[in-house]
Amino acid sequence: MSKVGATIVFVAVVAALFGPAVARFDPSAQELARRLDGPSATHWFGLDELGRDILSRVLAGARISLLVGIVVVSISSVVGTILGSIAGYSGGTIDETISRVIDILLAFPGLLLAIALVAVLGPNLTNVVFALSLMGWVGYARLVRGQVLRAREFEFVQAARALGAATPRILAKHVIPTALPAVTVQATLGMGGAILAEAALSFLGLGVQPPTPSWGTMLNAGRTHLLDAPHLTIFPGLAIAFLVLGFNFLGDGLRDALDPVTRRRT
Amino acid sequence: MLRFLARRFALTIPVLLGVATLVFSLIHLIPGDPAQAMLGDSASPQDVAELRTRLGLDRPLVEQYARFLGGAVRGDLGRSLRTNQPVTSAIVERMPATIELAAAAMLVAVAFAMPLGIAAAVWRGTAVDHGATTLSLLGISIPNFWLGPLLAIIFSIELGWLPVSGRGTWASLILPAVSLGAALAAILARMTRATLLEELREQYVLAARARGASRARAVVRHAFRNSLIPVITLIGLQFGAVLTGAVITETIFAWPGIGRLLIQSIGFRDYPLVQGCILLIAVTYVGMNLLTDLMYGLVDPRIRYE
Repeated sequence: MSKVGATIVFVAVVAALFGPAVARFDPSAQELARRLDGPSATHWFGLDELGRDILSRVLAGARISLLVGIVVVSISSVVGTILGSIAGYSGGTIDETISRVIDILLAFPGLLLAIALVAVLGPNLTNVVFALSLMGWVGYARLVRGQVLRAREFEFVQAARALGAATPRILAKHVIPTALPAVTVQATLGMGGAILAEAALSFLGLGVQPPTPSWGTMLNAGRTHLLDAPHLTIFPGLAIAFLVLGFNFLGDGLRDALDPVTRRRT
Repeated sequence: MLRFLARRFALTIPVLLGVATLVFSLIHLIPGDPAQAMLGDSASPQDVAELRTRLGLDRPLVEQYARFLGGAVRGDLGRSLRTNQPVTSAIVERMPATIELAAAAMLVAVAFAMPLGIAAAVWRGTAVDHGATTLSLLGISIPNFWLGPLLAIIFSIELGWLPVSGRGTWASLILPAVSLGAALAAILARMTRATLLEELREQYVLAARARGASRARAVVRHAFRNSLIPVITLIGLQFGAVLTGAVITETIFAWPGIGRLLIQSIGFRDYPLVQGCILLIAVTYVGMNLLTDLMYGLVDPRIRYE
């Protein structure tokens, strides 16, 4: 399944990188006379409520989705890994403080904090990335803290400490690398989560704003045309589901490959 | 047991305080003057000043915070800017609809997940298992804001079997509940499969089979019952995801619950109502997690003595 996942993700990345360049239509070009036309030989995914080519917009939307996913996962994983390792390695007050902040942020279910933040900061791509990253680092921090608590008792870490290595060096050279496989799995699954979250915020009108093509915004626009033009809803949704499925397959496969216990269980 | 209860309650207090502090800070994160942002650019300076006084934004921050906390404890979260209705009563009015939807979604999830998870575990490595696993991953990957409209296209528009939106009859609950419960069903099915596989390897299952219990009886009466504890815990912990999902599902199906109220309030920049909805959802989530923790402690004595 991980091969299927990797293939889907590869296709999506290629589509995002080269799709808009090879697309036959400008994603913003309007053909008002043919608005809401269904799929045809010329417009494979049909036209939207303003007569724009849906395939070109889905390809352009892939860029936004992948960009948000990559930026959010990068920020979240780096911040989470640093804070989680500091908390786990230092213990005491530092650990207590970071852990309490984690507890408080985890008290907000799923997207709720992101919805609240974007609602007050204003709906745009930067605020979406900020809100999702603020919510995202927590999972990595908790994961890494747990791994570091275990790793700091390893003999090679204690030996490095006994030899007088500085804490940042011990963390960077010896402790954090032990958590990296788990972080890699979380980041792969996190890509799917970030893409879904961005699409959800855009669907609610709190993310990317029109006319920028985003899969969530396209789905939102399709809601008013469910009766007369369901293709507006079907294609952007398929794109989201396939890409997220790809990352989930890949993440699952990586987890099985990197975790011998899971491999044995399944 | 009392010590366990006291410790768990004590751990919840700082979390609730943190949640309230974050919700309080929201209004102060609004770029520029919050009162101006709520009323819009065309509002007169008098109106803005009046609103600032009404919301207490002209008071020192510490005093605002104390008033907010005091109000939250008493259940007084201010008044809606749009309707002037007390925030608490506006939320209480919408609560039954959200509870109804969340409960139905969880019921749907359990009804789909259990047979799927059991089948995948019992026929591990076969086409049934691969099918169930793929279905579960699909359930996690398909966003409810796509599944909802898709179900509406098929069952409301094409077949005409179910109403496309609104609340009132049992029929109107089906599509929102299925679209909200699908992701939870997928997660639960995976968990059921994993925990049941663990149990099926235990000696007592082998012993039951040796005593002549049929395979079905060994699975259902012995292994499945023991695999339920982590599954029940997961159901409790996933309640938050259901609440957040409800925000989207209620918007899609025009379901008159708290989630829809939240999105409408954001649209109207009715920030006291936004704060109230966020606070209520977060506190409910913390409460559910606490309840799950307590239940887990009741069921498994080892947790109490950790």
